[in-house]
Amino acid sequence: MATLVPIDGPAANPDWLSGWRAGPGNGTAAAPDWLPPVRAEAAGRFAARGLPNRRIEDWRYTNLAQLTGLELDWAPAPAEVAKESLPALVFGREADCRLVLVNGQVRPALSAVPALPEGTILTSLAEALATGHPGVADLLRERVTVDDGALKALNDSWLEDGYVLIVPEDVTVDLPIEILSVGTGGALPPAYQPRNLIIAGARSRVTVVEHHVGLCIGGYFANVVTDVAAGPEAIVRHCKVQDESKEAIHVALLDATLGRDAMFDSFCFTLGGRISRNELRVSLDGPGAHCRLNGAYLVGGHQHCDHTTAVDHAAPETHSDQLYKGVLDGRARAVFQGKVVVRQDAQQVEGHQMSRALLLSETSEVNTKPELFIHADDVQCSHGATAGDLDAEALFYLRSRGVPEGQARQLLVEAFLNEAIDAVALAGMRLPLEQNVARWMGERPQPTP
Amino acid sequence: MAATAQTVAQVRDLGKYKHGWETEIEMETAPKGLNEDIVRFISARKDEPDWMLDWRLKAYRHWLTMEEPTWAMVDYPAIDFQDIYYYAAPKSTAGPKSLDEVDPELLRTYEKLGIPLKEQEVLAGVQGAPRVAVDAVFDSVSVATTFKKELESHGVIFCSISEALQNHPELVRKYLGTVVPYTDNFYATLNSAVFSDGSFVYIPPGVHCPMELSTYFRINAKDTGQFERTLIIADEGSYVSYLEGCTAPMRDENQLHAAVVELVTLKDAEIKYSTVQNWYPGDENGKGGIYNFVTKRGACRGDDSKIRWTQVETGSAITWKYPSCILQGDNSVGEFYSVAITNNAQQADTGTKMIHLGRNTRSRIISKGISAGRARNTYRGLVRMGPKAAEGRNFTQCDSLLIGDRCGAHTVPYIESRNRTAKVEHEATTSRIGEDQLFYCRQRGIGEEDAVALIVNGFCKEVLQELPMEFAVEAQKLVSISLEGSVG
Repeated sequence: MATLVPIDGPAANPDWLSGWRAGPGNGTAAAPDWLPPVRAEAAGRFAARGLPNRRIEDWRYTNLAQLTGLELDWAPAPAEVAKESLPALVFGREADCRLVLVNGQVRPALSAVPALPEGTILTSLAEALATGHPGVADLLRERVTVDDGALKALNDSWLEDGYVLIVPEDVTVDLPIEILSVGTGGALPPAYQPRNLIIAGARSRVTVVEHHVGLCIGGYFANVVTDVAAGPEAIVRHCKVQDESKEAIHVALLDATLGRDAMFDSFCFTLGGRISRNELRVSLDGPGAHCRLNGAYLVGGHQHCDHTTAVDHAAPETHSDQLYKGVLDGRARAVFQGKVVVRQDAQQVEGHQMSRALLLSETSEVNTKPELFIHADDVQCSHGATAGDLDAEALFYLRSRGVPEGQARQLLVEAFLNEAIDAVALAGMRLPLEQNVARWMGERPQPTP
Repeated sequence: MAATAQTVAQVRDLGKYKHGWETEIEMETAPKGLNEDIVRFISARKDEPDWMLDWRLKAYRHWLTMEEPTWAMVDYPAIDFQDIYYYAAPKSTAGPKSLDEVDPELLRTYEKLGIPLKEQEVLAGVQGAPRVAVDAVFDSVSVATTFKKELESHGVIFCSISEALQNHPELVRKYLGTVVPYTDNFYATLNSAVFSDGSFVYIPPGVHCPMELSTYFRINAKDTGQFERTLIIADEGSYVSYLEGCTAPMRDENQLHAAVVELVTLKDAEIKYSTVQNWYPGDENGKGGIYNFVTKRGACRGDDSKIRWTQVETGSAITWKYPSCILQGDNSVGEFYSVAITNNAQQADTGTKMIHLGRNTRSRIISKGISAGRARNTYRGLVRMGPKAAEGRNFTQCDSLLIGDRCGAHTVPYIESRNRTAKVEHEATTSRIGEDQLFYCRQRGIGEEDAVALIVNGFCKEVLQELPMEFAVEAQKLVSISLEGSVG
């Protein structure tokens, strides 16, 4: 077990970190020698920074102050979860390949992992660390020391469990791999920080579907970090459905590096969470690398959701495309921050970004900050952003053809989001996502006319 | 045709900054550095009322507690605020009664700049040419204002702000600092403490100002900072078009220019504010040049009022400037048209803020950034729809053009919407001059540099055509000259 350095961090409520100071609690697997000092270094980094606050430019629109008011259970005991209580799968059928995490810990008994193509590994981080898989150690050691904000440092200070997926060179994994992450709540809200790794070798192909759900009404704090390394010509598709409990705080950072001609396709569908943030950092390191980052969100009540992306065009002939669309109701707030950086000498780059928000209520709020930082000249970059109500003319068109207003609105909202959903590469995912949209529209409190 | 031919000629002739000379004139300066005594000195020098001095001192004390902002995408060595003259005035102009009393050397300066200070010169101009009333600010003081009499007959007040403090203190007191409070930001607070002069305009209700009003700013003395303060009030149903131009001599040291401009429009009033900023940009290696840290803001206080900012920014080593509109009145309109050109080692971080508060408020932002050499050009803007800005509407378009592979173009917009019925649209593009466009021009016998000037002028056209005619011609030439040497 790691011994952590003493903390003098500037937290509003000094008590809320007391559990964290004790360090990784369960010690399920023996940690390699290099790990404790790395954790301690990260703990120092977090202590020095404290939680991000709104004075930090990247967190200008998202306030985590609520977190310091919570007394958290930093090392929750494994919760009892019956296999039958696990939610219906995003595919709407029996799991082909599913790894289940409960409060950030991999639970083999609840999972179903069939035989994968030769050399492909799908396991827990605890297991990978215990067996000393060289690829895992190399990538982790490279990534954990990267200073990328306080919450990543918090995750770096833990490094206990999470999922690990390794696909060797030239291997195509046909089966979509589902990762079901369950939050259970508890007497004290659990805090968990899974660290996930996806390593895709040259010319490999793999699709991961991450499904985050809450099996409780209460809150919890999930601080997820996922590292993705895609080798030359690899294709990694990542689809995330975030349907956490409505009281949960969900913060996720995905950091992907792409080799030559590699492709990373991400789709994030946000429904749940009291406060949620999905941050993507994609580094297009190899010439010809390409990423597509799409998202759709539906938030209401007092929900706050934040989608933040940063794409770094570090090599020539790299491409990026982003499309985020969202619908807000009630007193919900949504944030989209997208940064596109084109480095000097990264010529013949294309970077496009679009963010659209639909406000359905008087009290919802959307804040958008798309940024372009261009240091090369042979580029084509653009961004667009819109915010507003449904198009009155489109509504009138439907009304004039006898469609009742409620139904007309629902049709338009579905059509609006489907533009983003249609881009999901995994065909089997589209229908369940569209069904979710319809359900959400059906459940939302009807505004009094 | 004339303008194009002139442009070509000018591009050929003028390799360097054409306003780079210095006027040898006897100056009176306050000691270098900044402390309460300097603030008192400036205030006493201008014979200001007590409330003005108190306001300045409040600002100065607040400034001491502030830190220089660092969020802009600009790099420059730390400014030593104690190594600047905060007050510099041409000695002989301690209150000229008429143009005859103005130092002839000074008048020659403005003639060189092509600014017709003497009314007869304007009158002798081409028949039908628009007349422009000019307030000339030399270093820290306003030296002359033309066409005063005619303006007075319409009830228009156009004078230096020091004069306004003497003759119309109630108006100044009522509006000064209401749009940009003395606590606003580091440079605006500094300006509030030490502002030396600037222009004051008041347009009475229902008056359509009979001519364009114009101010020419020139920094001449070495090591001085220029801190002018402009206050324009358009009372109900009035209209005014105001132009502003700036130049400075070539020097190796950097000079600070921290101005504040406040605009107020009441019901049905309109202000059109145009700037052609051509401060000395420094040499090719980034040595010297003006630091242009300016706070400009307009408040559309009344219903159906309108403020339009148009700016052509070609000069300054560093530009840090965000002309903004606070749309308080229902149906009020804010517009922002900007061309920012940076070449060599220039850096510009500029944009606008549109704060929609009233119902049915509309705003439009057209920004064109051109970056060449090793320059950096950033658009930074904010559009905010408040909860009460029902049916508010914004359209923003920011385009950047890159010339050369060592320059940077950045776009940082903030879009905040808190109203369902408000509609916000933003689009931005970044690209370089198309090979095909260039090829098309070259194929027709147009030289590369002229072709670039032509394409760039086309790129900026949407903004340039918003300028008053006489400025538009000048701006077009400036655009070409600023980009000189950036190709080939």
